[in-house]
Amino acid sequence: MMQLAFAWLEHSWLGIAVNESKWAFAALEAGHLLSLAMLGGAVLLVDLRILGWGLKEEPIRKIARAAQPWLIAGLAGMIVTGVPLLASLAGSKYYGNEAFRLKMYFLAAALLFTFTIRQRFARREASPVGALQAKMIAVTSVLLWSGVGIMGRGIGFY
Amino acid sequence: MGVILDICRYLEATSISVGIRESTWTYPVIESVHVLSLTLFMGLLLLWDLRLLGVSMRGFAVSRIWARLFPWIGVGAVLMIVSGLLLFWSDPVRFYGNVFFRIKFIGLVLALLNALAFHFGIERRLPDWDTALVPPRAARFAGAASLFLWTLIIVAGRFVAYNWFKPLV
Repeated sequence: MMQLAFAWLEHSWLGIAVNESKWAFAALEAGHLLSLAMLGGAVLLVDLRILGWGLKEEPIRKIARAAQPWLIAGLAGMIVTGVPLLASLAGSKYYGNEAFRLKMYFLAAALLFTFTIRQRFARREASPVGALQAKMIAVTSVLLWSGVGIMGRGIGFY
Repeated sequence: MGVILDICRYLEATSISVGIRESTWTYPVIESVHVLSLTLFMGLLLLWDLRLLGVSMRGFAVSRIWARLFPWIGVGAVLMIVSGLLLFWSDPVRFYGNVFFRIKFIGLVLALLNALAFHFGIERRLPDWDTALVPPRAARFAGAASLFLWTLIIVAGRFVAYNWFKPLV
């Protein structure tokens, strides 16, 4: 079922368009990297603060609010560039690629964690959560997103 | 330019270069460090450049943001430079002959000049306009120049992996 969907994607207009162009894949990769920087910066700005580093004089809530649009913009950029990259080699490369599969698991976990537990924590008035628990939230966030990035880079080496 | 090529050939023959080139894991690991450090270096720098343009983190005093973020951007820069030098060392002649690598190198020199201009000018006057609604023209220019140059560097850096053009050496 999934295998069929991946094969279909590769033969869709999107997959074909990327494959027929000499520059598209590389240009999308560059856009994916630029979006990675923005997403990573927005994530780290908040996580560093939760750990007591970076903009430590400002309240977590204020930093999280300032970072939010860039987090969304970075994610949007990742998806807009990532989907055509996936489409171009969906059946022939990504479906059987263990690193890609793990990247998707990490991505699902990172998104879920970021928009539930981490967001709820960062939006609180003061921080009623104990220091250790707060640090665990930041460390979990960094580890999950690092997992996405490492597996993403791993796709090419697999 | 023959001197540079000679240096590249010399580097290529060193045991470190051969070691990185021939090992299965060293190159991918260094490259992964190079890519992931982008989040620390470029990610925070991007937010800072956007702050200089007056579009991100408005309401935060610029002098304090810079004081707090600079050490992390610096750590990111060190990781990028060390991993980048090792990647170059692994295959210097190929990189030297790659047109995108040369574009990236020119971009890096210009970005360094922009950073120096920032350091000796704008950085000293940050406390004068901490939370001003519109940053001074010089600050906006430096932010825009940095965004443009680093975008160019990242795009050219990614394109180095492709051999669309005949090597220059």
